[in-house]
Amino acid sequence: MAKSKKTSVNRRNFLKSATVGAAALAATPVAAATAVPTPQPSRARNAAAPLPPISRRVEAEAAAAAANPDPNIEPITVDHPGSDFMVDAFKAVGFEYLCSNPGNSFRSLHESFINYGANKNPEFITCCHEESAVGMAHGYFKIEGKPLLVCVHGTVGVQHASMAIYDAFCDRVPLVVVLGNFGDAQTRASFVNWTHSAQDPAELIRDFVKWDDQPATLQDFAESVMRAYRVAMTPPYMPVALVCNTDLQEFPIPDDPALRVPALTLDKPPQGDSSSVQETAKWLVAAENPVIVADRAARTPAGLALMIELAETLQAAVIDRNGRMNFPTRHPLNQTERGSSVIGDADVILGLELTDFYGIVNAYYGDVYPRTRSVTKPGVKLISINSNDLYLKSNYQDFQRYQAEDLAIAADAEATLPSLIEAVKKLLTDDRKRMYQDRGAKLAAAHQRTLAENRSLAANGWDANPISTARLSAELWNQIRAEDWSFVSNCQFVSRWPLRLWDFKKYHHYIGGEGGYGVGYGAPASVGAALANRKHGRLTVSIQNDGDLMFGPGVLWTAAHHRIPLLIVMHNNRAYHQEVMEVQRMADVHERGVTRAGIGTTLVNPPIDYGKLAQSMGMHGSAPIADPNDLAPALREAIAIVKSGEPALVNVVTQPR
Amino acid sequence: MSKPADTQSLGSLERPSPEDAFHAEVLVLAAILAIGVVILGALALLIFVRPSAAAQSAANASKSESADAASVARGKKLFVSYGCYECHGRAAQGGVGPRLGPDPLPLSFIEKYVRHPSGSMPPYTEKTASDQDLTDIYAFLKSLPEPPKEKDVPLLNE
Repeated sequence: MAKSKKTSVNRRNFLKSATVGAAALAATPVAAATAVPTPQPSRARNAAAPLPPISRRVEAEAAAAAANPDPNIEPITVDHPGSDFMVDAFKAVGFEYLCSNPGNSFRSLHESFINYGANKNPEFITCCHEESAVGMAHGYFKIEGKPLLVCVHGTVGVQHASMAIYDAFCDRVPLVVVLGNFGDAQTRASFVNWTHSAQDPAELIRDFVKWDDQPATLQDFAESVMRAYRVAMTPPYMPVALVCNTDLQEFPIPDDPALRVPALTLDKPPQGDSSSVQETAKWLVAAENPVIVADRAARTPAGLALMIELAETLQAAVIDRNGRMNFPTRHPLNQTERGSSVIGDADVILGLELTDFYGIVNAYYGDVYPRTRSVTKPGVKLISINSNDLYLKSNYQDFQRYQAEDLAIAADAEATLPSLIEAVKKLLTDDRKRMYQDRGAKLAAAHQRTLAENRSLAANGWDANPISTARLSAELWNQIRAEDWSFVSNCQFVSRWPLRLWDFKKYHHYIGGEGGYGVGYGAPASVGAALANRKHGRLTVSIQNDGDLMFGPGVLWTAAHHRIPLLIVMHNNRAYHQEVMEVQRMADVHERGVTRAGIGTTLVNPPIDYGKLAQSMGMHGSAPIADPNDLAPALREAIAIVKSGEPALVNVVTQPR
Repeated sequence: MSKPADTQSLGSLERPSPEDAFHAEVLVLAAILAIGVVILGALALLIFVRPSAAAQSAANASKSESADAASVARGKKLFVSYGCYECHGRAAQGGVGPRLGPDPLPLSFIEKYVRHPSGSMPPYTEKTASDQDLTDIYAFLKSLPEPPKEKDVPLLNE
């Protein structure tokens, strides 16, 4: 990091100390490694052309001013803004992309990214809404395993972004959000700048970010960038926020020889203590019917491999709660589709990074007056390995109902699995291995029966018009299964048919859902995941809920503009069906009948033409398809477009769920 | 907009649920009973029904079929207007809720369950759905065509 040639200035005196004119334009960039071509003064560029009289006068005045600078004249240029130094700090961390909707509270940072930083690492991704920007970062992380940078206005921008940040928080996804702000009232230039200023911009999201800071100096800022990234990337992962005041961005870098970007050091994820791990192994090995339940256990592809190794070593049943791709869907030990039966028979249940252990071992019943009952047999031992126990926020209740386990290990599950597997292996005897073989064979048979039952159920309504979600899923699977595919949307709203029918086995095959169930996540997260998959050459596919897309359809333009290949298969069921059902329930409970439950919950009259919507954004969009026989050709056409490097949308008119 | 508790609970993520398993058992029993009734009915016709009576029976059957068709048509409309399709699908194929047809559970069971459901099923009292409405919906469920066997659908064997 080269230092500015200027003397250090305080904010009040800045305007009198900054340099003027051509000399500033010709200055050397702060960091040579990322320098862009240096702009030249206009006179030099046009030296050969005769100047008109008025321009000659201006030229003469400018030359005189340069020769005898007036100490009272107001400066108009800055050669080394603080935002250049900020870019150096962000580059040192290694963000691949910056997702943002532009705003003048971070205009200097924006300009530094694209010119001083050459718009590379990070590359600016133009987003049409802050919710889309954060949603894209959310989806990107779950494929790439690295956070993205998001820049928003510290006021209206973060208000737009807040739901998406909450989703990322609940889904334990790290991202770094920069909040632009006009912190110093004396340097606010306009009415709008006051409106877009706050004393404490991060206050709005403090309940659902892990850490935030408002650095006062550039050195503080650089250190906070490192701390922010480190905190976000220490399990439990969560978003973090940095307030970036305009003065710090736009004023020159002070002449401070100590100013530097510190190195980034990441924390090792916390492992379970050895005695607890030993105890866990002992219980698992001795169990007759151990069950492993995983939600966000596999943080990486290595985590998926470890999950398989633990399950196979024990020949234990696995239930995947699908917060991440924890376990292959067609693995014989995968008992997700018969979870209640397996939980009811269990004598040891190992919960790995569960959001809701209580909901695993209890069933809710009743609607207006919900009650619960245990679904486990007496004496079952419950073990939890969960990094969420290491960090809890108060206000939002995403931590779910309290569950008393027999052994609770506050640690990262993936980091603990190697020692747990090793401990289990040490305790194995030949007798246990023989018993495990029998157990594994029974589980494998049950898995096959469940798969057959699901296929049989999928045949119901096979030729229905509108198209059943099972038929949609089967048709899609038929066309992608030979590719290196990545399914990047939540299956919940299509009755989980992909997870029930498809062969998910690689980590990038599935990325889980919203986390906080905030609608509007699906479309941007899919585009973000597709952005991450692009360099790997994967065929990225989403089944896109219509209501979700309508929260922020502008992300389709982002996909088209940045040429992000993604196959979007619309689940065009023309309503917020979850909410239709909720209103129906209330109407029936109140004994008023359900005939008006569609008021406020449906997306009909007029119908939304999602194909035309996609076309308007510059991408392929099909005509509405309600006949299942028309689906295969439409998918084939769209996949060819996606494989050429563009996004494409197939508008499928579907059954509700 | 939120996801309700029922879709977060483990039970709702399974197919089939214990409730479905119960349904399946009842279905088997119902099927056995139905087959028995059909066989006994056919025997009775062979033994006791004389030609003149048979003609009368045919006329009655025609009336009955017409009444059945009206009931099916009405039931199909009610299946939509009462929102049954929201959870069970327009072809009653199942979705968030279990598959309902063809070969539905006995009407008596369905009536009892609809009036006093468990889980996420909304309660339809006689005030919001009459017995005749349920009978018509039942007729619609019975009229649904059999789905193809999964082994005959190549896409379901991949």
